[in-house]
Amino acid sequence: MDAIDVRNLTKRYTQTLAVDDISFSVKPGAVIGLLGGNGAGKTTTISMLLGLLVPTSGSIFVLGRDMAKDRFAALARMNFSSPYIALPQKLTVAENLRVYGHLYGVPDMRRRIAELAEQFDLAGLLNRLAGELSAGQKTRVALAKSLINKPDLLLLDEPTASLDPDTGDFVRTALETYRRETGAGILLASHNMAEVERLCDHVLMMKQGKIVDRGTPDDLIARYGREDLEQVFLDIARNNVRERVS
Amino acid sequence: MNASARRVWGLVYRHLTLYRRSWPRLVEIAYWPTLQLLIWGFTAAFFAHAHGSPAALGGGALIAGVLLWEITLRGQLGVTITFLEDIWSRNLGHVFVSPLRPAELVVSLLAVSLFRTLIGLLPAIIIAYLLYSFNILVLGPVLFFFFVNLTVMGWWVALGIVSLLFRYGAGAESLAWTIAFGITPVACVFYPLQALPVWLQPIALALPPEHIFAGMRAALFHHQLAWGELAAAAILNLLWMLLAVAVFAGQFRAARVRGALISIGE
Repeated sequence: MDAIDVRNLTKRYTQTLAVDDISFSVKPGAVIGLLGGNGAGKTTTISMLLGLLVPTSGSIFVLGRDMAKDRFAALARMNFSSPYIALPQKLTVAENLRVYGHLYGVPDMRRRIAELAEQFDLAGLLNRLAGELSAGQKTRVALAKSLINKPDLLLLDEPTASLDPDTGDFVRTALETYRRETGAGILLASHNMAEVERLCDHVLMMKQGKIVDRGTPDDLIARYGREDLEQVFLDIARNNVRERVS
Repeated sequence: MNASARRVWGLVYRHLTLYRRSWPRLVEIAYWPTLQLLIWGFTAAFFAHAHGSPAALGGGALIAGVLLWEITLRGQLGVTITFLEDIWSRNLGHVFVSPLRPAELVVSLLAVSLFRTLIGLLPAIIIAYLLYSFNILVLGPVLFFFFVNLTVMGWWVALGIVSLLFRYGAGAESLAWTIAFGITPVACVFYPLQALPVWLQPIALALPPEHIFAGMRAALFHHQLAWGELAAAAILNLLWMLLAVAVFAGQFRAARVRGALISIGE
């Protein structure tokens, strides 16, 4: 059973085709990168995977559950992190984790919070208000929240956006560790190509709502005759695709 | 605690923790009911002093009206401000991608609203007793019926406002403070139905408070239970609540289609 199975997914707003007939799957334990420029349809795709947005057509199965009919069963086994969605600023780190521990029905929550505090170096921050934390600390807390229920599938929207290199590396290492220890699938939307090359087994390149190319990072770099994924990204973004591929 | 109750408790805990830490929020809850009571209490005391016993009886109705109508206003604000707190903190995205069902979201909002209503009214009830010698408990057991019905009315008005927030985003948040106050003229809190123009009376009759406050005046002035009015209030509340839940469910679904759950803070 795939962690994600998307078939012919389309999202049309009144005057915009945000996602245009895309299909892809994510194997259990795989890390998939969703790449594309601003407005390519990445956030819309993730929103549909999370049940925040109803597709115009197509189907989404997450962890074997049809998101159109049974999304809450899937949501209990997945989680999400984005720097663009905050945690309540007037609650401490521990209180925030407790809130989400209750929402996700985490058993033995005290122990789970202690594990996450150790894993993300949060022990000294547990009694601090979330609003008083630095950007890097907030990211670590957000990541801890996203792992509170030990998800089988993790969706991440630019998890290291605007972080310094040290914190970014900390986050990437934590994700690698989590994947290795649990075998969870990860879908990662990012503009950080080095991050995608490091973390992802497979990459989906999106443009104007479509998946315009896909493959392993090495495969894409070789096919486009480039040195890294960033150059491949620029080729696709600047319409050099046909010339390069042919 | 089963899974559903835990999810509800998760959101209730989030808001109770917020109030425990924020004294300005607690003051805000009690500020307006207390202020209203002081204004109307002194007005009632003035008329009682100037015109004697009948005016004192009317003054008691005035104070009871203020306290009871605040139940609806606090109940409504309790739901909408609790929802707005999550919009303001940009936290709703996390809430909506958790396994929390929309019905559980509603139950948690109602639970926090009940807490806010009780906390908000307590100082006003005590002040009414100490300053104006008015004991709200004089209404007797029927007070519980009034409380439940007025709270439920606040809740269905609030669900309508939350539906507007789903539809129009945070731009509609000023409605949270104004809609229930706008109903006050036709709620017949301080005067009987006959005081309204004829063309407004059907609107007042279609709303529960006219019946509740008619029942309150019957209890205060004649020591009678106006069962017909009380039954009408309960039936109307049930109908309005069903309508509000249907509108809420429809707007939640529509917000998921439009993508408004993602941009609700804008």
